[in-house]
Amino acid sequence: MKKYRESIMKVVFLIAACISIVAVVMICGFLFVNGFPAIAEIGPLEFLGGLIWKPQADQYGILPMIIGSIYATAIAIIVGVPIGLLCAVFMAHFCPKKLYKILKPAISLLAGIPSIVYGFFGLVVLVPMMQSIFGTGKSILTAGILLGIMILPTIIEISESSIRAVPSSYYEGSLALGATHERSVYRAILPAAKSGIMAGIILGIGRAIGETMAVVMIAGNQPVLPTSILQGARTMTANIVMEMGYATGLHRGALIGTGVVLFVFILLINVCFSLVKKKEQK
Amino acid sequence: MNEAKQEINVESIVGINQQTFRQKLAAYKRHPGSFAVLIVTLLAAAITIGVLLSLIIYILAKGVPNIRLSLFEWKYTTENCSMMPAIINTILMTLLTLIIAVPIGVFSAIYLVEYSNRGSKFQMKLVKIIRMTTETLQGIPSIVFGLFGFLAFVVTFQFSYSLLGGAITMALMVLPLIMRTTEEALLSVPDSFREGSFGLGAGRLRTIFRIVLPSAVPGILAGVILAIGRIVGETAALMYTAGTSTDVCSGFLKPCRTLAVHMYQLLCEGKYMNEAYATAVVLLVLVILINVLSAFVAKKLTKK
Repeated sequence: MKKYRESIMKVVFLIAACISIVAVVMICGFLFVNGFPAIAEIGPLEFLGGLIWKPQADQYGILPMIIGSIYATAIAIIVGVPIGLLCAVFMAHFCPKKLYKILKPAISLLAGIPSIVYGFFGLVVLVPMMQSIFGTGKSILTAGILLGIMILPTIIEISESSIRAVPSSYYEGSLALGATHERSVYRAILPAAKSGIMAGIILGIGRAIGETMAVVMIAGNQPVLPTSILQGARTMTANIVMEMGYATGLHRGALIGTGVVLFVFILLINVCFSLVKKKEQK
Repeated sequence: MNEAKQEINVESIVGINQQTFRQKLAAYKRHPGSFAVLIVTLLAAAITIGVLLSLIIYILAKGVPNIRLSLFEWKYTTENCSMMPAIINTILMTLLTLIIAVPIGVFSAIYLVEYSNRGSKFQMKLVKIIRMTTETLQGIPSIVFGLFGFLAFVVTFQFSYSLLGGAITMALMVLPLIMRTTEEALLSVPDSFREGSFGLGAGRLRTIFRIVLPSAVPGILAGVILAIGRIVGETAALMYTAGTSTDVCSGFLKPCRTLAVHMYQLLCEGKYMNEAYATAVVLLVLVILINVLSAFVAKKLTKK
């Protein structure tokens, strides 16, 4: 027995390591096996391109949700990327050491706050605020702004580490040529950290498009094609979480199909991420 | 050219790290563009911190007055939405998830760090695939995990809504986090420890469990604590796997709602705003404590 212990444990470690492969295969399998038949029954074109979501009348078009997800994510990027990037630059090159000791844990706390608490904060603070400014409280804009806040820590953490990875000779060389501190940071260091920052932004997009609980509370959730960002809309994630509880038959299949579409979006984003990351490593 | 202007007072030249505040200000006067960039950068940092502070302060200020002792009573009724059952369920869910996820996560990290460095071509390929799938797993949104858990455990295996189904779903969700932090902790153990152990005649297994793992414990622990934070705050993955039953969980295959799901249900029903505020405070305080603890443990690691 003792003789075999080494090789037995090696196999145990190997099996444990393979569980992540099994998990991804199972998730893909369960989603696709349950989702594709429903999509086929509805018809892929009607499903992806249909404008009307009316489970009572057996009409399942999820284009409004896809557009809603894309709009909300786009606004999140517009809000979150500049703030996150500048904050990352601040943390890497402007921040006094003492402040950094507070700021760094604060950013990880921002990442750790549950999405339900963000959603609640959006509901009781952001929605009334938007209501008084624009007239509509629950809208894509509100959801986008909150999502922008929620992806800040992702963007900040990844951008900061890639900014820090740039050799300090870049900065010193720029200073020695007479550039100011700001110019050196923004014109010499940032371009060198470009692909790392890109990776952070892509990861942020993934977070924003997959976020559920915060969005469902503040986006309004009307399943119609939004014509302006001040209108309420439903995202793919909200569609699943709102109706899964009581859906049966083809309706449930359509919701799983929505999950499949979301999953494909995420896989595409993941591929982009690993491509950009590979470029950075080179 | 004005000759007088060209003359530079040598004594006024100071190293950039020795400038006084006034000198810095004077330098910015000559470069208004740089000054504007500085302001924008400071503003972005201020917004980030401002948002965090306003969120915490707002929820604490509005929520703390709503915390009543009756909210921690043993039983949930429609008149008194006690969160005690949800708190107990959250603890059970966290424990069960960790029991499943920590061994798997730590063992796979051991495989990736200790066994994969010099292997056959097949092994190299396998490690590459494992890394790729872990990365994929990390990017999958929680609602997709929830959908998978619902299809697998509720529909296919007929568990109905259950603690076990929720815990397995959550375990898959936190697996990449535990794997990554353990891997980093293992990699930070110097090779001389391993060589010393091998030199004294210990086998690979003994070296791992007696030498490498004990030195990596703080790093692993920091990751596990972060995973606890994820489990406590998760809603979308648990709603359709563990269900929304308001009772204390009575068995592995019985439904239960965790604190975050409890809060969502309160908000959905609409008339329990005060209770929702109180629950938000409890959740927020828990998450802050977990984060502080994790940072504390991680600091211990770097001190050594």
